[in-house]
Amino acid sequence: MTASLDQPGWPVLEVSGLCVDYGHGAGATHAVIGADLVLHRGEVIGLAGESGSGKSTLAYGMTRLLRPPGRITAGRVLFHADPDRPNSPVDLLDLDIDQLRRLRWREISIVFQSAMAALNPVITVQAQLIDTLAAHRPEMTRDARHERALKLLGLVGISADRLRSYPHELSGGMRQRVMIAMALALEPQIVIMDEPTTALDVVTQREILQKVIELRDRLGFSVLFITHDLSLLLELADTIAVMYAGRIVESAAAAELLTSPRHPYSLGLLRSFPSLHGPRRALTGIPGSPPDLQDLPKGCAFHPRCGYAMPRCSRDVPQLAAPPGSPARLVACWLQDGRTDRPDELSRPESTAGGGLSAAVPAAGDSEVAI
Amino acid sequence: MTTQDSVVESARSGAAPVLAARDLTKHFKVHRKVRGTTISGGVVHAAEDINLELHAGKVTALVGESGSGKTTVARMLARLTPPTSGKIVLNGEPVGRGHVLDYRHRVQLVFQDPFASLNPVHDVRYHLSRALRVHHKARGREALDAAVADLLAKVKLEPASQFVRKLPHELSGGQRQRVAIARALAAEPSVLLADEPVSMLDVSIRIGVLNLLGELRDAAGMALLYVTHDIASARYFADTVTVMYAGRVVESGPSLAVTDQPSHPYTQLLLSAAPDPDRPAPSVISAGAIPSLINPPSGCRFHPRCPYAMPICSTQTPPDFGVGADHTAACWLRQVGQGSPAGSPMPADRPS
Repeated sequence: MTASLDQPGWPVLEVSGLCVDYGHGAGATHAVIGADLVLHRGEVIGLAGESGSGKSTLAYGMTRLLRPPGRITAGRVLFHADPDRPNSPVDLLDLDIDQLRRLRWREISIVFQSAMAALNPVITVQAQLIDTLAAHRPEMTRDARHERALKLLGLVGISADRLRSYPHELSGGMRQRVMIAMALALEPQIVIMDEPTTALDVVTQREILQKVIELRDRLGFSVLFITHDLSLLLELADTIAVMYAGRIVESAAAAELLTSPRHPYSLGLLRSFPSLHGPRRALTGIPGSPPDLQDLPKGCAFHPRCGYAMPRCSRDVPQLAAPPGSPARLVACWLQDGRTDRPDELSRPESTAGGGLSAAVPAAGDSEVAI
Repeated sequence: MTTQDSVVESARSGAAPVLAARDLTKHFKVHRKVRGTTISGGVVHAAEDINLELHAGKVTALVGESGSGKTTVARMLARLTPPTSGKIVLNGEPVGRGHVLDYRHRVQLVFQDPFASLNPVHDVRYHLSRALRVHHKARGREALDAAVADLLAKVKLEPASQFVRKLPHELSGGQRQRVAIARALAAEPSVLLADEPVSMLDVSIRIGVLNLLGELRDAAGMALLYVTHDIASARYFADTVTVMYAGRVVESGPSLAVTDQPSHPYTQLLLSAAPDPDRPAPSVISAGAIPSLINPPSGCRFHPRCPYAMPICSTQTPPDFGVGADHTAACWLRQVGQGSPAGSPMPADRPS
């Protein structure tokens, strides 16, 4: 496994400066603004944000799945297809539809939130799996496709007698497992998971996440995991990028984000999840509500809800940069420009027990077994 | 409380509950249509022998997964769903089949989805003033305007003038849920039933709405039922927690006792599955899913998934065994002589 943050694997996908608009001209809504993201081989990146923060738009933009009126206005998405030739990436944004078709599913696949909407309700699970294989691997024989479909279901823990089931005959958790099996059918390098467990119960969610991590360890694919549930990512992901109003405001190793957040919004999110241990503490959440993307506040979009806002915050947009003393992470906040006195809660030392959060956080390299 | 069935409860908690469910049961009949003929297809045992008490100034959380029957219980308590058997006791008096409006003066429900529970073609003032008129709390334009402003202030939507003319689509999810809460408060109820009031809201504003409900409980001394699938928020917000599984209550007690010393294997499973960044060790949980409620498992409904299942578990339904102060668990392992929370045969799944 190459997921350990001490020895990152090859970058498999590099997003830089990606901008996505909905609509044209002056009335356009800027849904994603200058997103930078690097996904390494075998890594699980968590993309956290509230509804409307642009996390799904970012994922669909970088995979060229956006539908009009969504359009990419700037940026690069470099895909390193061949680990042995790191200097020959392809820019997904330059590909035509045939080149994309060769890449999709085979190299990059997606697990959608609603399995019932993503699976075809009138054909069996087996037929859908075999369809995929027939479309992308025409050289396979019928028997080989059938065998592979069986093996894929086994991989995600569904017994063979379910092959002939229709989607409505399966439970929500089983459907989502079928979706994961389908996403893995062509052994892609990247699997994008868009809120795959949001509609599921916690016990089922936990089973599926354990399965995803187990498969990642075995097959070595990378995962971009999109969710609004930061507490889930803290356990699941190696790296977490937090989005707010179309921008990535902080990205850091999961354990670092938990113990020492640097952006007031990350801190606010961490303070929005009640703990299952210790004495009950009054939580504050974050005052106000997420902004309207068509009418973003000037400067830092978070400043109207931020307890640390300074005059500068309402004038200038902070850029994503490494905060003082933490070269491995990025944060977009004027408090972290190195010239401003930072409050204690936003300058905690990294990877140590801090504040009210637990002392028992696993080290970054352990995070892949922490689920 | 004057009836004999109150003896156990008053021994438990001392004070009389405002609203109580006594052996509340709901069976939904399922029908199938085959070539135009209706065939009885069995019965969904959605809720079975539910006992629950809501006390003034206290929050009771009803925790369970989807299909556990928690919403059915809330809907029966709101008298939206008539129970199959059992009874509801309000202020010590059994509730009959009539007087629904009278009942609603005192018991109000807040629905899960504020996008669906508000009428999209009416503004905030309409929603609130209608509730005020229905419950005879204000008459006349001026009195209504004042009462509406008062309600909006209670749910922290201020200044009121900014909100009264807004249509639901002009409000954020959190603001809509606050309007829905204000509408429930218009009746000045003594009991507020909240069915997953924050699950549709963005994470950063959930705590704000829960804190608001907590303040309203403190200010008005309301009894609050908080129905949720999120045991961590129940631990944070509620005074007592009742855990349901497959239509039955499996564990009930003070919230910290239930979450820190879970005594039913299902509660332990639920806690081990909840996202928890502070978890020191990887947790291993048993597989399986909620059983069919048309043919629920015999005995304890959790026994097919339970790692500690004994022969008795599949034959007899466990009664509530006391495991601590006001803390009960419906598990045969908790039978006196079988084990106690201290010398438990169950490995402590979680650190205390």
